Amino acid sequence: MTELWDGLVTALKLIVSLNPEVMEIAGRSLAISATSSTIAALICLPLGAVIHSNKFPGKRTLINIVQTLFSLPTVAVGLFVFVLFSRAGPIGGLDIMFTPVVMVIGQVILISPIMLGLTVSALSGVDKTIADTAISLGASGFQTAVITLREARFAVLAGLIMGFGRAISEVGLSLMVGGNIAGFTRTITTTISLETSKGDLELALALGIILIVIALVINLVLNRVQQK
Amino acid sequence: MALIETVNIGQKYGGQYILKDVNLRINRGEVFALIGPTGAGKTTLLRLLDLLEVPASGSVYFDGMDVTANKSLRLQARRRMSFVLQKPAVFNMSVYDNVACGPRWRREKDATIRQRVSRALELAGMAEYINRNARTLSGGETQRVAIARALAIAPEVLFLDEPTANLDPISAAKIEEVLAHIIGDQKTTVVMATHNMSQGQRLAGRIGVIMNGEVLQIGSPGDIFSTPQKKEVAEFVGVDNILSGVIVNRDNELVTIDVNGSIIQAISDYPIGEEVHALIRPEDITLAPRKDASSARNTFEGRIARIFPVGALVRVEVACGFSLFAVVTKRSAEDLSLTVNKRVYATFKATAVHIIKRWH
Repeated sequence: MTELWDGLVTALKLIVSLNPEVMEIAGRSLAISATSSTIAALICLPLGAVIHSNKFPGKRTLINIVQTLFSLPTVAVGLFVFVLFSRAGPIGGLDIMFTPVVMVIGQVILISPIMLGLTVSALSGVDKTIADTAISLGASGFQTAVITLREARFAVLAGLIMGFGRAISEVGLSLMVGGNIAGFTRTITTTISLETSKGDLELALALGIILIVIALVINLVLNRVQQK
Repeated sequence: MALIETVNIGQKYGGQYILKDVNLRINRGEVFALIGPTGAGKTTLLRLLDLLEVPASGSVYFDGMDVTANKSLRLQARRRMSFVLQKPAVFNMSVYDNVACGPRWRREKDATIRQRVSRALELAGMAEYINRNARTLSGGETQRVAIARALAIAPEVLFLDEPTANLDPISAAKIEEVLAHIIGDQKTTVVMATHNMSQGQRLAGRIGVIMNGEVLQIGSPGDIFSTPQKKEVAEFVGVDNILSGVIVNRDNELVTIDVNGSIIQAISDYPIGEEVHALIRPEDITLAPRKDASSARNTFEGRIARIFPVGALVRVEVACGFSLFAVVTKRSAEDLSLTVNKRVYATFKATAVHIIKRWH
């Protein structure tokens, strides 16, 4: 118990003193997850609008599949990306394995179903007369999609935040394709995993606290957004 | 040339036709009202005319162009029209931004947008609400913002779907005032759907009666209300007395109709032996306690079967071998001491009877 308490005190000291290693790892985690979330949002917002506003055979099935992929295991995505980008893989020639780039690609694959599914769901919640009104006022297809997304902005934003939350908290994928290389691909979650297995709790606890604070901030923002 | 023309357009939902073979010509600058009961297909027809939907059959022409299916032509044409939906939705933004949407989507200059929004809001009597969030407005105010939003694009055609339905009488009167102003001021072609017959009569130059997905009659308000061509139209426009009979005699234009043994005289071109409906508007029937020496050719003695108030008027059912419905003012009902079972004489002129052929 004393060991845990001492670890916690040291962890807090590391945070308060803005320890360079802690800050660097936290900064890298945020940068990788923010990048993957931005890319996934740029794909999922227009794609969600296209799926929502068009009728096509198999639409319901597609939405069901996307929703099933919400709980895609991180190690499954990790394995898929590993096979794809490893030296012997079909696009291994890109030589991006064990880099932040491949971690971003993996996270985009991981969180896209969440962002896409929640975008479609958010748009479905918008009164159909909004789109009819826009069309009747002379909006083009694109302008109609934009105003509909705008009307659903709070629910859409909630979906984007959920995606970011999943990206920053995952560990399996980052370990498998990032390699947990110090100063290069080491993130909050992979460091916690490594340091805990080594029995070095101070750094793990400090990063754990930071991760919890990030989760708390995300949750607070989400609550504010959903109350609007 | 008509501004909007439909040729045999139809629409079906779930395999079932909602509209069938509608042929309409809307002329530039006119006010055209579609009247009919709820579920008759008025909204569907407006959606087809505003190019919100593609018809299942037939063609729609706008300003001479076939705009039935071509996406680009439809957008071009739609940008010359605007539509106020029955339950208008406002975007979750300020009243100004709501009204500015249409001009912005047409890439108008900022100064033009400001000018148009101000003018449209003034016309709709909503200028003081310009900075309010549109979602915080009442039903009547929302409707007026929707009208301002439609006017801000200076449409050549304005479609209105039940513009005063679900509003309290004061809000409805305000909307009607705005519409009357637009009609009188703007030279905009207006096509409105309403189940409120008197509203159609007040505002429109021509009326189309739509029932069960078919346009049954098109004409001036006077034609529709005084000389309906079909029994269904007559029933809808408030002709309470629809008597079935056969023409048994004629003397020039004056015909004699046998209605279950009672004789009615009317003016008609139909020949002897023709099975007809005799339509008499209740306001054309006068009631009196004694038989007057009136010039009216039709007088029936009967007893009052029922009396019930309708707004400021009183509707009286007289049993005289068949039922005749008359309306009198409350004052007249009191002066005549009209009570149930009282013996009265119901009188109407031959010219007050409109004859239509009976179809089996």
